[in-house]
Amino acid sequence: MFAHNGVIILFTLLIALMASIMPMPLSADAFRPDWVLIVLMYWCMALPGRVNIITAWVMGFLLDVLLGSVLGVHAAAMAMSIYIIVENHQKIRNFSIWQQALITGVLAALYHLVVFWLQRFLIDVVFLPNYLYPVITTIVLWPWVFYLLRKVRRNFSIK
Amino acid sequence: MNPIFKHGPSPQHRLVLVLFCSALLIFFDHKMASFESVRGYLQSLVSPLQYLANTPKQFMTWASTNLTTRGQLMTENQQYRLNELDFHEEAMQLVILKQENARLRSLLSSPLRSEIKKMVAEVISVDSDPYSLQIVINRGAGDGVYEGQPVLDSVGIVGQILHVGQTSSRVILITDISHAVPVRVQRNGLRLLASGSGQIDRLIHNFVPQSADIKTGDLLVTSGLGGKYPEGYPVAKVSFVSNNESREFVRVFSTPAAQIDRLRYLLLLSEKEPQNIFAPKTHGKNSSTSDKVQAKVAN
Repeated sequence: MFAHNGVIILFTLLIALMASIMPMPLSADAFRPDWVLIVLMYWCMALPGRVNIITAWVMGFLLDVLLGSVLGVHAAAMAMSIYIIVENHQKIRNFSIWQQALITGVLAALYHLVVFWLQRFLIDVVFLPNYLYPVITTIVLWPWVFYLLRKVRRNFSIK
Repeated sequence: MNPIFKHGPSPQHRLVLVLFCSALLIFFDHKMASFESVRGYLQSLVSPLQYLANTPKQFMTWASTNLTTRGQLMTENQQYRLNELDFHEEAMQLVILKQENARLRSLLSSPLRSEIKKMVAEVISVDSDPYSLQIVINRGAGDGVYEGQPVLDSVGIVGQILHVGQTSSRVILITDISHAVPVRVQRNGLRLLASGSGQIDRLIHNFVPQSADIKTGDLLVTSGLGGKYPEGYPVAKVSFVSNNESREFVRVFSTPAAQIDRLRYLLLLSEKEPQNIFAPKTHGKNSSTSDKVQAKVAN
């Protein structure tokens, strides 16, 4: 783990977890981007040998514990979204940054819908359009996170 | 290391494996509720993350409390003095009323009200999950918090403890979709059930008959019937009553009394041993309490 700076990957993921539970005003809270998903997506695309579906599932499980939802809900959604990236990482790497951002948006929407469907199956929640607001912020955030994490990866020569 | 030949199981196998794990977890957590004790440990495990995530907010509040003008402090002080005067006067009345109430209750041979202990807690994180309304507070099993403990703020009921960790615990709010509080209308004692709606500012009252006497603006207080919440604390104010008589039941909505979207300091209530006169050792207990009352009066 120390050999190829895997600790840095873990560190970025922990920061993403913290960002996704950080207290925010109620109006901004609806627009909170999916930090964990976006960071996992970058690492899965860049280093599919290091970060894979199991990592995604564990992060989703931690998110479940942190958010107090039924254990396994976020974990399943996260694993499913990341699976798509892992399967197509060769293709997605070659897309332009805005195409990647759009794919991020689609995956974030999938993630939120899977979480919603599972919750709907377990407790009687009703669908509100503002459950999908984070998709917008996630799309906008992608280029910045992409460049930042690429810089981190090259700087620490994480392989 | 860029493997040309892949190592380990294929992504499909991994996905099937983790989805199977998720299904098992969901089944055992939701349907069998067999993770209740494990949840406590998990909560303790992640509480450092929650404390860390809370530091920026704490820094901001620290800054805003430390950077005030002298004028502001003086006006606040003035206000607090006035408040204190008011409260003191009410507290004097309260002692006498409590004694009188206890005496009357013992005359009527109805169970005595139990004393209520209070503990102050601070909110350390609010969940961003839109499907559940929960908060995390900075008190845990080490401070004597237990599951199902009622939580209040300065104006009304906020919720109850859901999972207890060692240094932090999770509170489910009254507006959560899976939560309900037994209440009564303060004006006339009509009993209702206040169910959460999933929206932070609305409670729903189901199965209210058309003949019920309920109006917009009525204060709803806890009825103490569920055994979780002590009696008489404000819960909500009725905000909407439909007058459509073709329906079987009246639609009633209310707004929580507590400001649930801007919580900071909370009170945790815990009942001391209830002094029930129907309990076997009534004589000893009763005499001792009356002795205490006497002593207080003497003081």
